[in-house]
Amino acid sequence: MAELTGRALIASRCAKFFKNGDFVNLGIGVPLMCVNYLPEGVELWLEAEIGTVGSGPSPSWDDVDIDCIDAGGQPASIIPGGSVYDNETSFMFIRGGHIDAAVLGTLQVDQEGSIANWTIPGKLVPGMGGAMDLCAGVKKIIVATDHCEKNGQSKILKKCTLPLTGYQCVTDIVTERCYFEVTPEGLVLREVAPGYTVEDILACTEADVIVPDKVGVMQ
Amino acid sequence: MLSKVVSKEEALSKIHDGQTIMFGDWHGEFAADEIIDGMLEKGVKDIHAIAVSAGMPDQGVGKLIREKRVKTLVTTHIALNPLARDQMFAGELDIEFCPQGTWSERIRCGGAGLGGCLTPTGVGTEVENGKQKLTINGKEYLLEMPLHADVSLIKATKADTAGNLYFHLNSRATNSTMAFAGDFVIAEVEEVVEVGELGPEEIHVPAPIVDMVYVRTGEKRPLCPMWQRAKAKAEAKAREKAEGGNK
Repeated sequence: MAELTGRALIASRCAKFFKNGDFVNLGIGVPLMCVNYLPEGVELWLEAEIGTVGSGPSPSWDDVDIDCIDAGGQPASIIPGGSVYDNETSFMFIRGGHIDAAVLGTLQVDQEGSIANWTIPGKLVPGMGGAMDLCAGVKKIIVATDHCEKNGQSKILKKCTLPLTGYQCVTDIVTERCYFEVTPEGLVLREVAPGYTVEDILACTEADVIVPDKVGVMQ
Repeated sequence: MLSKVVSKEEALSKIHDGQTIMFGDWHGEFAADEIIDGMLEKGVKDIHAIAVSAGMPDQGVGKLIREKRVKTLVTTHIALNPLARDQMFAGELDIEFCPQGTWSERIRCGGAGLGGCLTPTGVGTEVENGKQKLTINGKEYLLEMPLHADVSLIKATKADTAGNLYFHLNSRATNSTMAFAGDFVIAEVEEVVEVGELGPEEIHVPAPIVDMVYVRTGEKRPLCPMWQRAKAKAEAKAREKAEGGNK
């Protein structure tokens, strides 16, 4: 298999966090791409905020049911054994600590594990949807993000400057360049993507980074 | 058993300017489309809306926003309706953003006789501004207040004449919880059946909770505008590919 890069590499690395049978919520975009890279023998229960346990792949237009949709309102399917609920019960799963992991995209994330992904005041106001509840209730919050803005600015900061979605809740940060574990001491550089060096990562990251003796290769 | 099946005019007679109305839906899918169209025609305005999102400009509550009939909106997400954002920036629409689990639970509180709920969601963010914070067993929670409406306007797949409601797959969405949190509950349905045809386990909202049932007269299960556009795009792409392959 060709070496993965960019967003495919992010999705592939995030997918390695999951164990067979995990109950997981994946955000729209790169997070949802994780399902394409699950390690062999790993099957997940995917949760969708609208109230699905066991979301399946997008159906073809011949197979759509107008009453089966995903969190974004697009056509969806439900795997055998899956089930449906009202929106309120969906958040019992999320806030009640029943979900093992969530993968979220972001605008900013910082070395204390705080995340800001719901608004740029005066410019971008999509609203927070279910993201704040995921941050409050899910044990493992994995951030899947480009390392830098288009203008080259680091998205991994000492402290978020945008309004927060969650305070000190992120456990792992995966970018196309590296994987950081968020620890009480700060960000620990665990793996670096092929083509990058530890020095490259330090140069493009605003946050303080702890470099352990052994840094692995991200795959 | 008393029949709650009414005409569109009877349903609309309960909807007035200035009311607080809950709109059950998901981005304008699973919405009471025919009654919403009736509200547009009737000219209902100054609505205080509660809906999970601002819908889309041509879907659900989004249509009322498009025509500037909505004054305030308590919601979780408006990304699919740029008109809501424009009206908010222009000071025409007052939007209160609420985390979705909190929003949902506030509605449940409104329907369950609770004075509010304590949630960890939003602690440490600007959502906690102006709210009471309580520490329980060492963990911080925000006190969130109930949401209640004059009218809950919901959509179900099927009703019986007594007002029992059944929802197919995801269409339950925000509809069933809202049924409990409105003083007056109007359900638009695709189909009505006789009492007894819906079994006890198929009934998601029981008859005593529902005041009126309106049965769609137009297309029962139309593809929503967002899907119509997506499907047309996919078909055009497939045609292009086929033609390209014939060259």
